[in-house]
Amino acid sequence: MIPAAFDYVVPRTLPEAVAELVKHGQEAKVLAGGHSLIPLMKLRLSTPSFLVDIGRIGNLSYIREEDGHVAIGALTSHHDIEFSELLKNKLPLLTSAASQIGDPQVRNRGTIGGAAAHADPFGDFPACLLALDAEFKAVGPRGERSIAARDFFVDTFTSSLEPNEILREIRIPTPPPGSRGTYLKFSRRSQDWAIVAVAAQVRVTGHEVTQVAVGLTGMGSHPIRASGVEQALRGKAGHDDELRGAAERATDGTDPPQDLNGSPDYRRHLARVLTRRALEQVTAHH
Amino acid sequence: MRRRVAVTINGTKHEHEVEPRLLLVQYIRDVVGLTGTHVGCDTSNCGACTVELDGHSVKSCTVFAVQADGAQVTTIEGLAQGTTLHPLQQAFWDEHGLQCGFCTPGMIMAARQLLARNPNPSEQEIRVGLEGNLCRCTGYHNIVKSIQAAAKVMAPGAERKAPAPVS
Repeated sequence: MIPAAFDYVVPRTLPEAVAELVKHGQEAKVLAGGHSLIPLMKLRLSTPSFLVDIGRIGNLSYIREEDGHVAIGALTSHHDIEFSELLKNKLPLLTSAASQIGDPQVRNRGTIGGAAAHADPFGDFPACLLALDAEFKAVGPRGERSIAARDFFVDTFTSSLEPNEILREIRIPTPPPGSRGTYLKFSRRSQDWAIVAVAAQVRVTGHEVTQVAVGLTGMGSHPIRASGVEQALRGKAGHDDELRGAAERATDGTDPPQDLNGSPDYRRHLARVLTRRALEQVTAHH
Repeated sequence: MRRRVAVTINGTKHEHEVEPRLLLVQYIRDVVGLTGTHVGCDTSNCGACTVELDGHSVKSCTVFAVQADGAQVTTIEGLAQGTTLHPLQQAFWDEHGLQCGFCTPGMIMAARQLLARNPNPSEQEIRVGLEGNLCRCTGYHNIVKSIQAAAKVMAPGAERKAPAPVS
């Protein structure tokens, strides 16, 4: 399959890349790892006439802790996230999700910034970043701005980035000690997209659930927070019956799609089961 | 608009004018003429087109040739030393790790990355590590055995028996 013809530029800095986007307007697309965009272009579902390849801009691939946050460069690959010792210790929700994306070859090329900006409702990182209250640093013609995760994922394949903005960094508040996270994904084939997946980050202090954040993949046109679950569990002791009761509310306010992989009812069932399992996993041994 | 790319494939530098939409796998096969890398599904699922790009295994059907400008690429043709097969190739031969052979170049390139990252993988780690490569003959059992055999030969300090020459 051959993509439609396009012209191509390789800027060396972010301001140069932004200038190219400004110049070419809606005709241009940003190319990062290319593992969402290139398949779409080969199917001609996406036919940009101009690609701005940001893959050679330096200093956009890193994972570091600073000021109570973990900062991840937009070009950091899924592979680097999967094997990051810092993230294994501080944000295992992300390493867990990264290890379940595509396959090793895809994880070598795909980037977290590309996955976020692509805003695929079945992508794995968006629900995690939403649950972790991530902050997105974007550079545009008027400088840099910060977008909260709850404002970032707008609709299917639509983030709140402007066409002439480029995601530079994702910042995540470092969870306090004792906070635990996991990503449970259900799909029927290895390397496939999620039918439904659940990102959970929970902290139990003594005998009280002091932090609970649950993000859902595949339960609407964009990732959503399971606020019903969070309300039901916050302040509780985290007993099994409380976890089960909270997980029943995973479908509150959701509008799961119908497609070849499953009906809305099937997805609601998966969301409840996966939420219960995720909650059990992150509260075990408390 | 065509663009000039310089790609070093298996140690040999190649320079061509290409359209930006040319895929790396088309560049390798149709422009450079190395047809050991196969196109299977052409949708980044099957892994038949796996090559190494600057040391990372990639599906070359999902990379533009222009993205590989200045890069080092290793394909299946780059593994043997003269007439001596790479230990992975030899192990696939010895353990009957192929039936029709279509997926084999991609399997071997994926296995090379797997063993570079994990020189002594368990059977389960090999199976998971190959999740990006499909064998439609379903010959996975012998593929796993081949990689286990190669891992033994490639382990640091392993005694190397002289492999059979390529006839």
